[in-house]
Amino acid sequence: MSGAAGVELDQVRFAYGATPFSFDLRFPPGAISAVMGPSGSGKSTLLHLVAGFETPEAGRVLIAGQDVTALPPERRPVTVVFQENNLFAHLPVEMNVALGVKTNLRLSAAERARVAESLARVGLGGKEKRLPRELSGGERGRAALARALLRDRPVLLLDEPFAALGPALRVEMLDLLGELQRERDLTVLLVTHQPEDAERLASHMVFLEDGAVSAAGPVNEFFGGLGPERFRRYVGRRKS
Amino acid sequence: MPTLANSVGNGRRLSGLLALLVIAALLGGAGAGLALEGFRSGGELAGFDAYLRRVTAFTLWQAALSTLVSVLPAILFARALHRHPNFFGRRFALALLAAPLALPAVVAALGVLALWGRAGLLAPVLASLGDGAWPGVYGLSGILLAHAFFNLPLAARFLLAALDTVPADQWRLARQLGLSPLQTFRLVEWPALRRALPGVGALVFMLCLTSFTIVLMLGGGPAATTLEVAIYQALRFDFDPLRAAQLTFLQVALAGGFALLLARLGVAAAGEAAPSVSRRQLGAIGPGETALNALILLLGLGFVAGPLLAVARAGLAADLLRLFWEDPVRQAAATSLVLAFVSAVLATILALALASGGARRGGRLGMRGTGAALVLAVPPVVIGAGWFLLLRPRSAAVLGPAFLVASVNALMALPFAARAVQPAWEAAASRHDRLCRSLGLRGWNRWRIVDWPVLRRPLLMALSFSAALSLGDLGAIALWGSDRFQTLPFLLLSRMGSYRTADAAGLALILGAACLALVLLSDQLGRRDAEA
Repeated sequence: MSGAAGVELDQVRFAYGATPFSFDLRFPPGAISAVMGPSGSGKSTLLHLVAGFETPEAGRVLIAGQDVTALPPERRPVTVVFQENNLFAHLPVEMNVALGVKTNLRLSAAERARVAESLARVGLGGKEKRLPRELSGGERGRAALARALLRDRPVLLLDEPFAALGPALRVEMLDLLGELQRERDLTVLLVTHQPEDAERLASHMVFLEDGAVSAAGPVNEFFGGLGPERFRRYVGRRKS
Repeated sequence: MPTLANSVGNGRRLSGLLALLVIAALLGGAGAGLALEGFRSGGELAGFDAYLRRVTAFTLWQAALSTLVSVLPAILFARALHRHPNFFGRRFALALLAAPLALPAVVAALGVLALWGRAGLLAPVLASLGDGAWPGVYGLSGILLAHAFFNLPLAARFLLAALDTVPADQWRLARQLGLSPLQTFRLVEWPALRRALPGVGALVFMLCLTSFTIVLMLGGGPAATTLEVAIYQALRFDFDPLRAAQLTFLQVALAGGFALLLARLGVAAAGEAAPSVSRRQLGAIGPGETALNALILLLGLGFVAGPLLAVARAGLAADLLRLFWEDPVRQAAATSLVLAFVSAVLATILALALASGGARRGGRLGMRGTGAALVLAVPPVVIGAGWFLLLRPRSAAVLGPAFLVASVNALMALPFAARAVQPAWEAAASRHDRLCRSLGLRGWNRWRIVDWPVLRRPLLMALSFSAALSLGDLGAIALWGSDRFQTLPFLLLSRMGSYRTADAAGLALILGAACLALVLLSDQLGRRDAEA
């Protein structure tokens, strides 16, 4: 990889049913950006526009300076970890992860070794043959991360990936995510409902309201009582 | 909205469209045959003479009576079964209720004869009750018995499911207020039953209106002939295409009208009532009511089990070994197996193509509810008759008729196949579509790695149920069969026609056992699927 890839949404317009969205923003390369906002504010839609699951009605999506607006999801330099259904329930962990290398699953010895290495990196060594249902929620999240690493894309999108985990497990996963991001110099977009997640991990914050960016900037400007009024209200309500 | 989903899904939409085209071609060919006949005859088609009037009247009359004798006892039976949720053998009773669904109509008709017929198992008893000679059950009485054998259990299962929807709190309330059994029935059970009755009644009526095999085998002469059997006779014996076309038009109009009614009542024609296997005790039941319910249950179960046992007994008494070694039997068995396999594969592929083509969105492609009812409206005999009129087969061709019979049977099985495949497909699609797209997993790789492992079970379920339906069907083959092209049901009919009753009984046992095995397999596959 030659340097980290920035993500930019340039005058993007999109409508989901009757709800209009308009995004015009830039995510810094090689950093973790948290995307927060009330339900229905457009967090997932923003992610889907970057990933290519949705196509804008107007505007461009740029990744590493390249216009990717017309590219299908699998051809974008992006990989996604969903909130759930990240793994095929009938395939063992190893095969689920190997799909990140080759979608026909015919792997060479070297590629097999990469899969094993990646599984070991996220702490799933020895559990290769298990089915997803034989893993804990945290382990399933790790498997999804292992596959994301193997796909080797400069941009990693996470849509509330750890929402179903308990507090201790979530912290563990966030720390793993932070390590991986530093190792690979990834550009990470993390959709979350938890201010603590953003505070712990992210360096950049995008706060959405009503289908548009309401505030954006370094994370430390958002916490500590100096953040935008609307963000404080949103977080305050959640904490009370 | 021009989203990417549209461009990616084109292949699948195309497959759905292709499936619709196949169905349209099948129906269209039959329609063309009818239209052509109408055209050839000029205006004569419009005539409605005494014969047509009589046949139409009998068709409606037997369907109405069949509905009554099926649904009314089913109310008592379902209620008795519901009142006693924990007696020994209840699970078996529920399985027995499902058994007629698996049984081909030819076999059931034979079972009714073996039990109630002039030489049937019950004949001595019935004769001693009357004035010494039991006349048998040919004609209307036989038709009603056989229809009740099929539809009483069906109605009972639907009504039992309706009773299961009564909230537990209503039962507790009834008990707290100390309502008598009669009051409980009026205030708690009847409202639930009444909601289900129009739909159940319409479904049973529809099934009896389009019933072919039973009327053909048990109906006696011109006095007990329905439209479908008259179509068959007009083409097969009288070579009167004009008459056949008239009858077919009438049948399609009648059945189509009721199919629309059925769809409006919201009955899933291919739907399945799934009554719960065991429940808590619902209220205090006095000894008098218990005895009455026991009697109702015994009578009902005996009524369903009787023909089954009679078929088994008569079949085992036949010389099965000799039968197996007969060339016509072995040829018919081979033909039946090939046809069943081909039509099951076709039905399953069509169901899969329709599901993947997005048939789910609001039933736009119409294979849900309404679609299934419409398939009932154009039963195999009608489609077969339309093609018969179009092609006028004279030579002893085999391949063409074989292909046609397999296709018609596939169409008949399609609603059931779709019921097995569609929910599984939708569940899998909603779980996997996005992930597959993000990984770039598609085409053959997606089918091999994701879709096939997940859909294998429902697909096999659809396959085995369709095969059972096709294996036992007489409607499509009745018109097209010949000495050179016959299936087991066709052979059974011709053996009965030549009074080789023991042979027919043996064939019925073989056929019934094969269909039962296939349906049990399908059921087993579905059950394990539900657990996984």
